[in-house]
Amino acid sequence: MMSKIVRTQANILYPLILIFGFYIVAHGHLTPGGGFQGGAVIATGVALVAISFGYGKIKKWIKKTNLTAAEAVGLLSFIIAAFTGIGTSFFCNWLANSGLIFGDTVPYGPNPGYLNTAGLLPIMNLAVGIEVLGGLGVVVMYMLSAAKASEVK
Amino acid sequence: MLYNLPYITVAVVIAIGLYAMLYKRNLIKIVIGLSLIESGVNLFLVSLGYVQGGIAPIYTNAPKTEMVLPTPQALTLTSIVIGVATTAMLLSFCIVIYRHYGTLDSEKVRRLRG
Amino acid sequence: MRKALMAASLFVLFAALLYVAVNPSDFGAELGDHLVFGEPKYTDMDSYFIHNGQNQTAANNIVTSIVFDYRGFDTLGEASVLFTAVLGVGVVLRMLRGDENDE
Repeated sequence: MMSKIVRTQANILYPLILIFGFYIVAHGHLTPGGGFQGGAVIATGVALVAISFGYGKIKKWIKKTNLTAAEAVGLLSFIIAAFTGIGTSFFCNWLANSGLIFGDTVPYGPNPGYLNTAGLLPIMNLAVGIEVLGGLGVVVMYMLSAAKASEVK
Repeated sequence: MLYNLPYITVAVVIAIGLYAMLYKRNLIKIVIGLSLIESGVNLFLVSLGYVQGGIAPIYTNAPKTEMVLPTPQALTLTSIVIGVATTAMLLSFCIVIYRHYGTLDSEKVRRLRG
Repeated sequence: MRKALMAASLFVLFAALLYVAVNPSDFGAELGDHLVFGEPKYTDMDSYFIHNGQNQTAANNIVTSIVFDYRGFDTLGEASVLFTAVLGVGVVLRMLRGDENDE
């Protein structure tokens, strides 16, 4: 538990960090960034809240079970998204240029960037982002709980 | 000479990391040295793919110039994530060693204790 | 003895790295051409990715199209390594938090 100034700015910054992280994940096929980077940004938000409020309070708000489940669900959906193109090959991007969801074609060369393109890549970005936010967040929570257990003794 | 400045930086960063891994006895500092060597390797990979005057290989609102090579950047992304995983693993080992021996000095944790 | 060995190995490795970095053309034309900053030598695969990646994967970000499409198996291994490392951290640190019963 840190001082009131730190807790107040953590309250203000936490939703902004979450929005920024999900923006990086969702625009991974248009701008610099992607699943790994956005997930790391969201895990930074978890670390900020955990350090500002102390582990004893935070473990009621952010359950480690949920983060572990997010990690497993992310990896599983990544593998399933890779398996959906098994008709041609593993990791086949069958949604690109198909007209379905995320299936618009892009003009060749520099363009302003259209969100509804790139086929399977945004789905994989989202899956990997969920996996990384769960993984790094649960690493932070595990280390804080070990530090807390060391403190008591 | 100055043209190869990124490679000289790679050599200096790797040498600093190796110095920390060889001379320091604190386990946390050894992990920091490992991370420094990793950063040097990442910088080496990225600077191998640089094209003179190139921009990042992203077509969103890009000017019509050359682009740097994208494959080293993808490999560096892989390397960074694996480095994060390795560092987390090593730091958790450090926590366990500190709880078991009461110290992080690598000379003192060497003796056997039941 | 041990200190001298450590200093010697550190000095030799640093000197070798610095020598290769400053004038790589002493090591033959092959390595010398590779290590010129700003002018990479073999760029066939990368120019294929740059010129065809936008049509084939419909993504503006060529790095993302390489990471998730052309070299997808690398990313699968990377995600598995991250998952396994987090699992290992949980197992290693579990022995420290025996008194915690929130899960």
